[in-house]
Amino acid sequence: MTDAVLRVSFAGPLVTYQDAGREGQMRFGVPASGPMDRLSHAAANVALGNAPDCTAVEISVGGLSLECTSGALSLGVAGGHFMVNRAEESIGAWSVFALQKGERLTIRASSEGSWAYLTFAGTVHAPKWLDHTATHSASGFGGGALLAGSTIRVSDTKIREERHGDIARPTFLPTKDSVRVVRGPQDRFFSDAHIETFFSAQYTLTDSFDRMGVRLSGPKLEVDGALSIPSEPITRGSVQVAGDGIPTVLLADHQTTGGYPKIATVISDDLDKVSQMRANDRMSFVEISPQDAVQVIRKSATDRTLYLAEIAEPKGTLDQRLMRENLISGAIAAVDA
Amino acid sequence: MQNVSFHPVADHALLVQLGSEISEALTTQVLQLDRAIAATPPLGLRETVPAFVNLLAEFDPLVTDHQEMEAAIRSLFDAEVGLTPKGTEREVLVCYEDDLAPDLDAVCKATDMSREAVINMHLSGRYLVGMYGFAPGYAYLSGVPTALQVPRKPTAIRNIPAGSVVIAGPQCLVMTLTMPTGWCIIGRSPTEILRADPDKPFLFDVGDSVKFRRISRSAYDDLAKGRET
Repeated sequence: MTDAVLRVSFAGPLVTYQDAGREGQMRFGVPASGPMDRLSHAAANVALGNAPDCTAVEISVGGLSLECTSGALSLGVAGGHFMVNRAEESIGAWSVFALQKGERLTIRASSEGSWAYLTFAGTVHAPKWLDHTATHSASGFGGGALLAGSTIRVSDTKIREERHGDIARPTFLPTKDSVRVVRGPQDRFFSDAHIETFFSAQYTLTDSFDRMGVRLSGPKLEVDGALSIPSEPITRGSVQVAGDGIPTVLLADHQTTGGYPKIATVISDDLDKVSQMRANDRMSFVEISPQDAVQVIRKSATDRTLYLAEIAEPKGTLDQRLMRENLISGAIAAVDA
Repeated sequence: MQNVSFHPVADHALLVQLGSEISEALTTQVLQLDRAIAATPPLGLRETVPAFVNLLAEFDPLVTDHQEMEAAIRSLFDAEVGLTPKGTEREVLVCYEDDLAPDLDAVCKATDMSREAVINMHLSGRYLVGMYGFAPGYAYLSGVPTALQVPRKPTAIRNIPAGSVVIAGPQCLVMTLTMPTGWCIIGRSPTEILRADPDKPFLFDVGDSVKFRRISRSAYDDLAKGRET
């Protein structure tokens, strides 16, 4: 058995362990948590040869810096477009690479994206809560947050040279700026004029943005006497409007119930995208019927499955890659001849 | 079932609304429906989240959709009638001593009762776990006796310790995390609602009934000591 230890020298706020999340506990007040950007989390895992739901470190715009103090292993990184520096050398924002004892890795926010995922070839030793390492940020339950001085311990480490290199990025992602929502379930508490405002206005993300959700700024929506509605279930993507008339989009660590009316709910296909936006980015909400929303996720589930299967294929060793190139050019030459 | 309405939530859930005003009768109906769904889960159902007047059914949109889920749940309304909604009775220990109950005097003043009267009234309540929410393990218990119902404070107070027993209006809860609350703190409990037991990580199921039992300060200290390790 081989082990590796990575020592964190710097970690911004909200750098946490996340596996794919814990479903089925909302009735006990526990949201699924897990990655803010689920596709990037899965991509960073499968490109490294892991199952898609393995524990990763979710890196916020605060960034992460660490050093391998013992052992060696392959790592994957994906999500947003972060600056990745391995052993003093800049590498792809979406890539698989090795880190050896004494080498440093720094991942910092760059031009876009709010969350990146660092994955590990081996078993990450992070605390579990309710069977999962996914961190619920408000309580700290689960794997927890990484801080300067924390160590990441990985056992049964592997060097997967055949997977090293850039990870192809998904090409099928929904367009930015417009976020598809299904109206309701409490749209009845808003006048037609305010529903119209909600769908025609541009909203700006504020820096009141964490794993629980993001507060927007934009035109106020008046709530018709709904401030005393009984607390009711909330889901990931709920757009709730508080007493001040300002919408908040609830994300991975959302409260499971709440008494503010939800004017609309972001469809699951657009949640990764909203999570990757940044403060001051603008968005508008576009209405989609529940039936169409189901069709969208069915189509995109196929795209996602194909994409993940494609990047899960090993690239081969350097020798194999060179050989393949030769064979292909040889075959083309033969056809041409 | 009268007054029931179904509201699609994004591509992956359906909100089943049974009414709009909180009442024990309505909460009981929600719990009956929750049990009926658990007994015969519709294809593609992921989880249900029961609340006071409605229930959220989360489903896998690759397997089912809003219409199929609505039809499946409608068909359960008839089946539910035979199910008794009675949950298990749970006991929660509570110590009402001074420093563990910083708002007890204010509650006495607001209700015009003595400390012992307030404590006895709180102990006399028969509470129902209507819903979890806000934070892991935060179980909303309805059933605070009318004479003991006090409003929440105008602003929340930060860093209220886990274990605090708090009341506001008809509701009571035992805090499971150190967090802010605007509810009135009338005691502290060493009973763990959030537990380390992987088979039963939460003491209550929605629909359980709860009785509080008073303990002395020394009993509290002994039990709480075991808890902090």
